[in-house]
Amino acid sequence: MSVPPVDENEVRRRQRGRAILMAVLLGGLVILFYAISIAKMVHK
Amino acid sequence: MKTLTQPSPAGERGALTGTMTSTSLMTADMPAEWRDFLALTKPRVMSLVVFTALCALLAAPGPVHPVIGFTAILCTALGAGAAGALNMWYEADIDAKMKRTAGRPLPGGRMDRQSALHFGVGLGAFSVLLMGLAVNLLAAAILLGSILFYVLVYTMWLKPRTPQNIVIGGAAGAFPPLIGWAAATGRVELLPVLLFALVFLWTPPHFWALSLFVRPDYAAAGIPMLPVVAGERVTRQHVLLYSLPMAAAAVAPWPLGLTGIFYGGLATAASGWFLFLAAQVAVSRESDPAAMKPERRLFAFSIFYLFLLFGALVIDRWLFAA
Repeated sequence: MSVPPVDENEVRRRQRGRAILMAVLLGGLVILFYAISIAKMVHK
Repeated sequence: MKTLTQPSPAGERGALTGTMTSTSLMTADMPAEWRDFLALTKPRVMSLVVFTALCALLAAPGPVHPVIGFTAILCTALGAGAAGALNMWYEADIDAKMKRTAGRPLPGGRMDRQSALHFGVGLGAFSVLLMGLAVNLLAAAILLGSILFYVLVYTMWLKPRTPQNIVIGGAAGAFPPLIGWAAATGRVELLPVLLFALVFLWTPPHFWALSLFVRPDYAAAGIPMLPVVAGERVTRQHVLLYSLPMAAAAVAPWPLGLTGIFYGGLATAASGWFLFLAAQVAVSRESDPAAMKPERRLFAFSIFYLFLLFGALVIDRWLFAA
């Protein structure tokens, strides 16, 4: 079975979409970890 | 001849050894879109999981810091997403045979199997670790147990082997109220156990109503759902039979003094309507899936029923606390 040629533009578009989402998620996690640290300190 | 009680050989081979299927070969060089990763987490199922966990957390006694509460619900959602992804990883070949699931990322050829496995394991491990570090160990342990139960006990062991898969497997979806309560209090008490029982007993009539009108799909995939193995008449009887203890579990918190009349009244009325719809399914003799209206009505109402009861529980507990 022959594999159809890969569309480079489509690959780049998907990689860009995943990279942007990953950046947003990592940023969200930084904020969440900060907030958890503050919440834990306040509760002690 | 392959029996209905045997798992799909292709499914086991591909899942356990990582053998690439024809669909995954086609997409080997094309990275999956982020939307496909989102689809792996079964967002619609997750919404019910999040809602029941959130309601249990809100109904639990004592204040919860909003950040810790948010983290607990986030971890529950991520854990449910991980379980969904691992389910799709294992069942990719079965999903390809069913109309309802053929468009999912793996059978649709939009993602390779290994990515789904890595995503599921990574997400699950992260959710349990974060729950343990930020919330408490009991909630993390129940979350881990629920993920392992759904993947190992339900997906891999029960589902391909026995028509009782939904009955025992229903426990996997019943853990979120326990997780929410444990996250808020660090304990497991009678009310969250009753909520566990409610979801556990709700699952069989909910899924059997669905399996009646998608029976050809399950038969084609070789999954031994009750209508495929025991027939429609037995399934209809079981829908009503299992609805009775479910209704008892739904109403029980009221006479036990754990909730007030607001929840008790709503639970009694909604459970009565559930039983009426289940009775309609039990007496129906319709065999054409397209014409199965009582079954579709019960399936749709069963989802609303669970949302209604958990929502009423929170309002009731808040009214009592006030």
